[in-house]
Formats: sequence, structure tokens, C-alpha cells
Amino acid sequence: MPDNLSASHKAASIRSRIRRLKFNDYVFSLVGLVCMMLGVVTLLALFTDLLLDGMERLNYEFFTSFPSRRAEHAGILSAWVGTMLVMLVTALVAVPMGVAAAIYLEEYAPSNLLTAIIEINVSNLAGVPSIIYGLLALGLFVYQLGLGQSILTAGLTLGLLILPIVIVATRESLRTIPREIREAAYALGATRWQMIYDHVLPYSRGGILTGVIIGMSRAIGETAPIITIGALTFIAFLPPPPFTPEAPYVSFEWLFAPFTVLPIQMFNWVSRPEEAFLINAAATGVVIIVMTLAMNALAIFLRYRIRKNIKW
Amino acid sequence: MKTQTASTRFARNPWVHRREKLIEAVLFLAAFSAVAITLAIVVILFYESLAFFEHVSIFEFLTSTQWSPLFENPQYGILPLVAGTLVTSAVALLVAIPLGSIIAIYLSEFAPHKVREVVKPFLELLASVPTVVYGYFALLVVTPLLQTLMPDLPGFNMLGPGIVIGIMIVPYVSSLSEDAMRAVPMSLREGSYAMGATRFQTAVRVVTPAAISGIIAAYILGMSRAIGETMVVAIAAGQQPNFTFDPTEAAATITAYIVQVALGDLPHGSIGYQSIFAAGLVLFLMTLAFNVLGHMVRTRYRELY
Repeated sequence: MPDNLSASHKAASIRSRIRRLKFNDYVFSLVGLVCMMLGVVTLLALFTDLLLDGMERLNYEFFTSFPSRRAEHAGILSAWVGTMLVMLVTALVAVPMGVAAAIYLEEYAPSNLLTAIIEINVSNLAGVPSIIYGLLALGLFVYQLGLGQSILTAGLTLGLLILPIVIVATRESLRTIPREIREAAYALGATRWQMIYDHVLPYSRGGILTGVIIGMSRAIGETAPIITIGALTFIAFLPPPPFTPEAPYVSFEWLFAPFTVLPIQMFNWVSRPEEAFLINAAATGVVIIVMTLAMNALAIFLRYRIRKNIKW
Repeated sequence: MKTQTASTRFARNPWVHRREKLIEAVLFLAAFSAVAITLAIVVILFYESLAFFEHVSIFEFLTSTQWSPLFENPQYGILPLVAGTLVTSAVALLVAIPLGSIIAIYLSEFAPHKVREVVKPFLELLASVPTVVYGYFALLVVTPLLQTLMPDLPGFNMLGPGIVIGIMIVPYVSSLSEDAMRAVPMSLREGSYAMGATRFQTAVRVVTPAAISGIIAAYILGMSRAIGETMVVAIAAGQQPNFTFDPTEAAATITAYIVQVALGDLPHGSIGYQSIFAAGLVLFLMTLAFNVLGHMVRTRYRELY
């Protein structure tokens, strides 16, 4: 019976074809997993390598010494103090401006040409390379406004740089607040601002905080714009303290002080030929990476908790 | 005696009204700052570049193959810097496109929910590592590794930094592509499965073509990222302008040149100072072109379901 034979033959060939195709599925999911692991492994390799290279310098003196010509005695005191102060200014610039802009775009903006232009600009700014912000700061803040190569200039620059990140995150967070909350507030006679200030903002603060942390972690590692404004790399002194023993007790001189930050210090040490300074660079890299990873981990954790807890 | 009726109590309070208007105006100003920043960038770049082009003809700038503004006999041809930028970005894309696409397909079509939840944050962390650390990595880990494979490779080259930038933009490419693939409606996948297709066939022949505009946009935006990347190339690619398309040679990119000049403390108003704004203008226009192109591809050619 040749007919029957060919039918069973056909079935067998189809079956083997299916087996082959299923095998492709299996192979691809392995390839995908390997590619993804490649990313994770790179991250681990990078961190381990830095840690092994910089381990011997990571001690108390490293954090309490100024940079020095002799690598063994050099430290990152002025760099981490500078980073903290610059971050303070950055946050003071980016958070109020970003949140206010996001509130306008989400809650007030009429759908017209002007709003469209603003939205296009926000998404375009997110794609502008960071070094261009450095050129903006060099031309505008340093020379036109005469702010010099100061902590204020650096903070303003990084603040503008992370503004789009804060705006986008805040908008997303505001968008998750359901309409009913807004309508309930209006029904009780609240004005628009009362509704926003008393209800929408408090409910979305977790998401806003997440966006701010991600933005700050980006700013903390930014090197190019700060190099471009011409920040010095050898700073063996601290900016004047913000609090003074005499009246008026606060001083804003530190805003105009020259400074250095951690990534600049690392760049400075990486570009030296001596082996000993590379160890310093690696140690500084560990400090920067721990800071950014900690901030990102916090943001991921916050996002996870928000997603889990809130059920409108 | 004046009686207060309910209607007067609920009448519009001019003070409250004025306060509301004021707040709205302040919020508007904050939002408008995005436009102001863009304008400021464009104005500053053009203003300083115009001063530069008073000394250097645009023709020379765009056609000369020598870039040596800091030498005795200065030459101002942007081509070597553009070539360096394009070569490192091309190497980066050769790494990022295959890896990013495979990861996107895997995450969107294959990965179990648990794997996705655990591994995606790690990929995000990869994108959040500061670029100066990647520069260290390119110079002291990747380049020595490559040198064991290619003994002739110089210590400064474009291959190592290109690969590292590629790894850096993988999360960016993969997350944008994945978003595009997840936007493809389930019914298309179910139709494909109903015809007897396997997962792999569905992913490659149904989902990927349906999401192709978003995926191409992800590549273009990744390219724009790679072009603007600064620290990795400034540290590991060498800072000598070199008109070459060979990735194993050392060369400067536009960004690396800006860093080099900024480190050298040039006097304000000198032609070297103005040259970084001209270079920055070229960089800005290049990334702007890619950003606009990416945006157009994503919105124009999107298939709507």
C-alpha cells in the first residue's frame, strides 16, 4: 500500500520538522539568556576589576586627604566635599523647576501649539549630549554671567542637564493619580492649586522621588560638562564653610569657590602615566560606582514598593 | 445689619483667583524654561561659532582633512574629528545592535516573568554606571584584552572605546526596542501561533516586522547617544586628530577635542576657545539630526492597530 506508506512518511517528516523548529526556540532562548547575562557579567567584571585595583587605597586616609603629587598620600577629600556641594545646588535647581514644569504640562497646559513646542523641547533636551551643556555653561554662566568656574556654575549646569529626567518622571507619576481624586477635590470646592498641592502632589511623591534620585545619580557621575566649564583638577583646599561662628551665621561664599568633584579627580588620575595614580583612579571609581549603584538600587526599590502598595 | 448669604460666601474670591493665576504663571515659566534652554544652547553655539568663522572659511572647515588649531600653523578641517566620531559610533552600534536586539526579543517574547523582573534592573544599572568609569575600563581592561588577540593594536585605539560604548548603550537600545515589541497587539501573536508557528518564528517573522519602526528608531537614538559620548573616547581613544576610518588606530572625536581644549585653559576669546564651539555646533547638529530622524521614523512609520 504505497499511499499509506507515504502518509506515515509525511507525518514523520512533519514531526521532525516540528522538533527542529522547537529546538530553534530552545536555542534562541539560550542565546537570549547568554546575551543578557553578558550585560550582567560585564557589570560584575567592571566592579570587581575596580575593586581589586583600588582596594589597597580604600582606607580612612584616602577620604580625609587632599590630592597630592605623591600617589600614596593623595586622597579625595576635596573631591567628595565638592561632589556633595555641587549635588546640593543641582537638586535645588532641578527639583523645583522640574516638578513645577511637570505640574504645568500635566495639569494646566492647554493643548495648543505652545504646549506642543514645550513638549518637543523637553524630549529633545533629553537627547542633547552632556558636553553641549558644558559648552552652554562655559559661554553663558562662566563668561556672560560672570559666575566663574565655581560650584554654582557646576550645580546650575548639572541641574539643567537632569531637568528633562525630573520632568518626565514627575509627569509619569502625576499621570497615575486617577481622575476621581481630582474630581472629588473639585467637588468639595477646592481650587485647582489646592487640589494639586493637597492631593495630587502628596500621592505622587514616591514616583517623583524615584525620578529625582535617578536624575541625581546621573549627575553625580557626569564628567564632561564639568571639564568643559574649565574646573580645575588640582584642588588642595576646601570651599569656605556654609556656617560661620559670627552673625549672620550663614555664608554663601562656597557657591563661588573653585572646586573639584569625584569623576574629575578620577579622570585626572586615569590620564597620568604612573601606575600608582591608576590605583587611586580605581579607588575613586569604586567610590563613585558605589554611590550611583546605591542611588539606583534605592530608586528601583522605591519603584517596586510603589507598584506593589498602591491599588487605586 | 448685613446678612451673609450662601451665594456671597461661595462667590468668586478675587484674592484666591489672583493667587491661582500667579501660580499658573510661575508653573508656566518653569515649563517654558525647556524652550529657553534650547534657545540658549543654539544662541551660544552660533554666537561663538560666528566669531570662529570670521577667521576660518566655512569651506575650509568642511573640506580640509587637517585639524590642528593649537599648532604653530593651524589647520581647521573638521573632517578628522567627524571621522573619529563616526568610527567609534559605528563600532559601538556593531556591538549594541545585535546584543540589544537579541535581548529585546528575548525579554519581550521568551523570558519568563521572574527572569525579566530580576534581570531588567541589572541592565538599567549597566546604563547608570558613570562614563568615566567606563573610560577606565576601556583603557585598562578592554584594550589589553584586545591586544592579546591583536598584538599590533596600539594602547590608544578606537576599537576598545567603541566596544565599551556599545556595551554602554545596549540597555538603551534594548529597552526602546522592547517597548516597541510589547506594543504589538497580542492578537497578531495569537494569529501566528494558531497557524502553527513556533515562538521563534512568531518573534522574528510577525512581531519584529510589526515593531520595526520602533526598533529602527531605537538604533538611531542609540547612534545619537554614541556620537555624544565623551569620557570613554577622551580617555581611551587618544586625543590626536587623525583622518582615518581604521578602528585600530588612535584618533580624536569631536567630544574628545572639546575635552582636550577645555583642560588646556585657553584664554577666553582666542580662536582655540571659539573652535570648541564650532566643533560643538557640528556635534549638536549631528545628534539633533539623528534625534529628529529617530522621532520621525517612530511616529511616521508606526503601524497603528
